Amino acid sequence: MEKIKTLADLKRKQEAVKSQVNLRDRASRAENLVQVKVAMATCGIASGAKEVMEYFVEELDKRNIEAVITQTGCMGYCYAEPTVEVKLHDAEPIVFGYVDTKKANEIIERYIKTGELVDGIIPKNYETIN
Amino acid sequence: MHILLCGGTGCQSSGSSVILDNLQKELLMKGLSDEVQVIRTGCFGFCEKGPIVNVLPDNTFYVEVKPEDAREIIDEHVIKGRQVKRLLYVDPENKQHVPDSKHMGFYKKQLRIALRNCGFIDPENIDESIAHDAYMALGKVLTEMSPTEAIDIIKKSGLRGRGGGGFPTGLKWEITSQSVSDKKYVVCNVDEGDPGAFMDRSILEGDPHSVLEAMAICGYCIGADEGLIYIRAEYPLAIKRLKIAIKQAEEYGLLGENILDTGFNFKIKLRYGAGAFVCGEETALIHSMEGKRGEPANKPPFPSVKGYLDKPTNVNNVETFANIPVIINKGAEWFSAIGTEKSKGTKVFALAGKINNVGLIEVPMGITLREIIYEIGGGIKGGKKFKAVQTGGPSGGCLTEKHLDTPIDYDNLIQAGSMMGSGGMIVMDEDDCMVSVAKFYLDFIVEESCGKCAPCRIGNKRLSEILEKICEGNGTQEDLERLKNLSNVIKDTSLCGLGQTSPNPVLSTMTNFWEEYKEHVHDKKCRSGHCKNLLYYVIDPEACIGCMLCVRNCPVFAITGERKQSHFIHQDKCIKCGACMEKCKFDAIHLTPDYVMA
Repeated sequence: MEKIKTLADLKRKQEAVKSQVNLRDRASRAENLVQVKVAMATCGIASGAKEVMEYFVEELDKRNIEAVITQTGCMGYCYAEPTVEVKLHDAEPIVFGYVDTKKANEIIERYIKTGELVDGIIPKNYETIN
Repeated sequence: MHILLCGGTGCQSSGSSVILDNLQKELLMKGLSDEVQVIRTGCFGFCEKGPIVNVLPDNTFYVEVKPEDAREIIDEHVIKGRQVKRLLYVDPENKQHVPDSKHMGFYKKQLRIALRNCGFIDPENIDESIAHDAYMALGKVLTEMSPTEAIDIIKKSGLRGRGGGGFPTGLKWEITSQSVSDKKYVVCNVDEGDPGAFMDRSILEGDPHSVLEAMAICGYCIGADEGLIYIRAEYPLAIKRLKIAIKQAEEYGLLGENILDTGFNFKIKLRYGAGAFVCGEETALIHSMEGKRGEPANKPPFPSVKGYLDKPTNVNNVETFANIPVIINKGAEWFSAIGTEKSKGTKVFALAGKINNVGLIEVPMGITLREIIYEIGGGIKGGKKFKAVQTGGPSGGCLTEKHLDTPIDYDNLIQAGSMMGSGGMIVMDEDDCMVSVAKFYLDFIVEESCGKCAPCRIGNKRLSEILEKICEGNGTQEDLERLKNLSNVIKDTSLCGLGQTSPNPVLSTMTNFWEEYKEHVHDKKCRSGHCKNLLYYVIDPEACIGCMLCVRNCPVFAITGERKQSHFIHQDKCIKCGACMEKCKFDAIHLTPDYVMA
């Protein structure tokens, strides 16, 4: 194991190991971050939700956007799978339908980064009890 | 995705190791081992509902998980993204499933400083600790501050010893730093002995690096290059994790020679104790470490001047140490803004007894007992009536209903006739007999008294005998007076803190529950029904059909009655063997505390 010889070393080490626990830190302050939920029920997975989820995980990280990406069950919009819900800090969650990696890219670049709405929004058609 | 699994002693004994194996097996089978990480953490604190499994990032909090549930968690939650409803915590009030820990009453009021990483990181992996700022405070102190400056921060923070006494930590460090010697020691006191208290163990099991780092900081401040951790041999898991942590820190060079290239050397070793209560007293602890009998000595000289091997020694408790790195990182002002005027910061309590949410909690000083018991603790088990809460262990006392709204801090507890102690809180309900409770603690003291001084050795034994007599129904008015006098004598004349505080449970129950003592002595009655000798066998005349079975079976002929007429038990003859109740086929014989002697 490499020795940590100076305080600068220690700080570099911390940067290096932070990614190990990033997921947990973010989970504890999820409400202030971008939250992406990918519907991963049978219908979603069959339409390619796994690739979309992976794309979000990798790309958001690459583009240095702090986000919590989780999977969720069927949202009921099976006709529009894969569906993805995005909640920006201080905004109502918005659901996008027919999300492939190309669409995902658009969502990241335009909606997540600038807040600009993009095509493919599915209007919410139900109330939930909470 | 991360799955956090509680690996504290409590959850391990209810099978969390098997759950860990099963989770990993399932993940391997489904080919998800690379994507989902299973991490064994320290205690989550919610021991009542253990074993706990926490799935992140969605922060789903599963309780009472069994090894066979592993497959469902992986299949349903991880693969399909559906929460396993039946494993979620159910809010006792509205009977709804609570999906994450933030909405649980148990966690809402808590503020976790000492327990900041417990249940969140893998204690056997130093990298996870480093990611959460471990050793940053040490780096800051070593490179930016002089020992005096660092001590000043601790002094300004207002941190007081969490082991029970509440001595200002910064002041203790200052005194030790001013002692002149070629060698000094830092000692961490892990002789956690109060019945029902387990916060020190949990901190070491969940976040050992916070304590190691703080000991090194203390070493730098007082001018010591060696630290010793005095830990009970009965804490095998804490010992194992400490050893791993020390080894990893040494491999990284964060302990050892020339730490962070500052010329500061510090090494830490473990010393095992055999689990004697008195060894939590610092002079007895030092004797025990030296290989001598664990007996206390007169103070002064204080260990800060003359301690381990006659060298100046700074003894602090685990929880005290766990607070240090945060104070250094966040500053004295941040810390002193939390808590009450004279008691700063937070305190960890171990909730036990007749309470719904048994577990480990950390709350800001100044919180009320009501908030702890009813909001965090979820109220009394079985909806019974709250009677008292015992704090401070065998040296403490009882708080009652009238103290429910007192803000909890060092000084208020002492004023209420109890003390902070190490933070055990044992909740009692209407079924508990306060005389018996006093006797329980006294018996503990009698067992644990080292025997060096007579008041503690003999006096407590006599106190226990008097209480025994009262519980058996043979107490007299003189006994009550003797109890009080003897308690005060022991308090005034004992050598060490253990003896001086040993009669506290008796005195505090006598003050708060005088009625119960009087009932035991004068009415020969124990209202809780706890003292078996003060219960009476009586025949319910409505239910008795007069079958003569009990009359024939009573070995001392205490039951009389004619066939087909209800029978009667003569209390003066009854020896309370219970044979009649066992034989009765009609449930007509009961035990009751309320019978008054004819």
